[in-house]
Amino acid sequence: MNLRGIWAVFRKEFRENLRDRRTLLSALVFGPVLGPVLVAGLVQFGISHAEEQSDEDIVVAVMHAERAPNLLAYLTARGVDITKVALDESGARHAVATQTHKIILDIPEDFGARLQEGQPAPVVLYSDGSRGFDRRGVGRVRALISQYGIEIAQLRFLARGIDPISVLPISVQEIDVSTPSSRSVLVLNMMTYLVLLSMLFGGLYLAIDATAGERERGSLEVLLTSPVPREHLIYGKIFAAAAYMMISLCLTVVMFSLAMSFVGLEQLGITANLGPGAASKLIACCAPLILFGASYLSIVSGFAKSYREAQTYLGLVITIPTMPLMFAGMMGLQAKMALMFVPFLSQHLLMTTVVRAEPIEPTFVAISVTSTLIYGVLLMFLAGRLYRREALLG
Amino acid sequence: MLEARGLCKSFGKIVAVRGVSFSARDGQITGLLGPNGAGKSTTLRMLYTVLKPDQGDALIDGRSVTEDPLAARRAIGVLSHGAGVYNHLTARENIVYFGELHGMSRADREARAAELIELLEMQEFADRLAKGFSQGQKLKTALARSLVHRPKNVLLDEPTNGLDVMAVRGLRKLLVQLREAGHCVLFSSHVMQEVEQLCDEVVVIANGQVVAAGTLADIRAHGGDRLEDAFVALMAGNGADGEAKK
Repeated sequence: MNLRGIWAVFRKEFRENLRDRRTLLSALVFGPVLGPVLVAGLVQFGISHAEEQSDEDIVVAVMHAERAPNLLAYLTARGVDITKVALDESGARHAVATQTHKIILDIPEDFGARLQEGQPAPVVLYSDGSRGFDRRGVGRVRALISQYGIEIAQLRFLARGIDPISVLPISVQEIDVSTPSSRSVLVLNMMTYLVLLSMLFGGLYLAIDATAGERERGSLEVLLTSPVPREHLIYGKIFAAAAYMMISLCLTVVMFSLAMSFVGLEQLGITANLGPGAASKLIACCAPLILFGASYLSIVSGFAKSYREAQTYLGLVITIPTMPLMFAGMMGLQAKMALMFVPFLSQHLLMTTVVRAEPIEPTFVAISVTSTLIYGVLLMFLAGRLYRREALLG
Repeated sequence: MLEARGLCKSFGKIVAVRGVSFSARDGQITGLLGPNGAGKSTTLRMLYTVLKPDQGDALIDGRSVTEDPLAARRAIGVLSHGAGVYNHLTARENIVYFGELHGMSRADREARAAELIELLEMQEFADRLAKGFSQGQKLKTALARSLVHRPKNVLLDEPTNGLDVMAVRGLRKLLVQLREAGHCVLFSSHVMQEVEQLCDEVVVIANGQVVAAGTLADIRAHGGDRLEDAFVALMAGNGADGEAKK
């Protein structure tokens, strides 16, 4: 088989698109720069907020503080700042809603009396549940008050000659086994998604141009009269789109690696495994996908009647392969043999493993690479068949 | 030498071409004349191998377009309708690219591009990106591109559409040059004047069929002194408004 035509088309497409601002922006700027900056920005925001919160003392405004001096002393001793306020119930609601006070504790009138009688003594805690970042403070105050209650109960049992241990039949010990790297996956999960999307975007305009663009420009017919088999024309175009996807992929991963090294992830107790070694593994995981992606996009744009229509189609279909990723995120899917046969999903799971700094199963890599390449070659042949159709001319 | 033999082509239920046969000889300019929608473009597209005939065949210097389209393509140069060029390549790169697709060596295709640029007087814009080209500049680029591999046969689909007077004159001059050099030139048109000025032979198509073929004198014999009168007479006689659909 004479492959000279494929090479000629590849070189021309590569060079032509190098001069096209639109292609360059989407391949070299949008994906590789915006994605990493977005994720790094979010992480940075999370870090600075977490730092702020841990430095900050928990401040609780207390209504009728004189009714429970011991409880308040207990809280103060454990690092809670108490401010006394004079508010009624609706005033308290308003103050929390407007964030004048984040947490308000109301001590009812009969608090002391009920406590003395050995009856449940209620306190009221006001907070705004829609302010996610402040929930920690409320949780801490609630836990301290419960702890105070348990200590009173234990004293009561002791006074009645009962061993307080016997009324605590279960004690929960919490052990958080998430390692710094595995925790970072939560933060960086978005990254695998953006890497794959950015890779696809790199070849988007070449894929559109391969059929819809040539047709709209009126150059398709003449191209088809050259003595090169039609499928070789589309193969050359697919390879050029794949080359741009490869460039986009490499840039995106390198940019992520750089961006994350600037963000102080360690302060969150997270280390992202994104050094040069991990970055090259990420690229190697995704590289088999580029043939699949380029063929897939070329096929879809082949069905479009115009450039504009192709853009609309591709804007939609480009998100389809990444759907399993969202699914995986929601279901918390782990790398499994069967999932290695699913393109995009297998790459996502392998990338996650790399970022977690967990050992990679060589058979998983082998299955992912081989199956994805096979799908890619099949799609490429399908694109070749479609390029032979007369309907291509529109 | 081009020979159409009983070409037929339908698109769904619409029959575009129903049994077109004619031949176009070397060293002659042959015009494919007919009203809009008569099947001129479809016939040409079958000749230049972009469409496959439902029935019939065409021979390019004896090579069948259905059996050996690649060989047929090597022997033809095509100026398709619209004549689109690649905007992000220069005129010269557009020409050289097609030389490469035709399998010419680097030195050969570059020399040939330079030759065509001179022949078509394109020096002024040859190394500019095609993005801002005028219709005339685009046409010259497309023409040079179709001639880069020195094809014996040249097919042009409505080449003068949208061109100004100067560009049309330039094109005419070139077609005559090609004839002198012994090429077989076939072009489609619905402009009588153009056909009258250039063509040695005319094939008149209506409703997907050949209704008359021969020299200008032969065609004129169908009525009137002028080609236009003869054409109108032929259209009336052949039911250009649908009688032939029977």
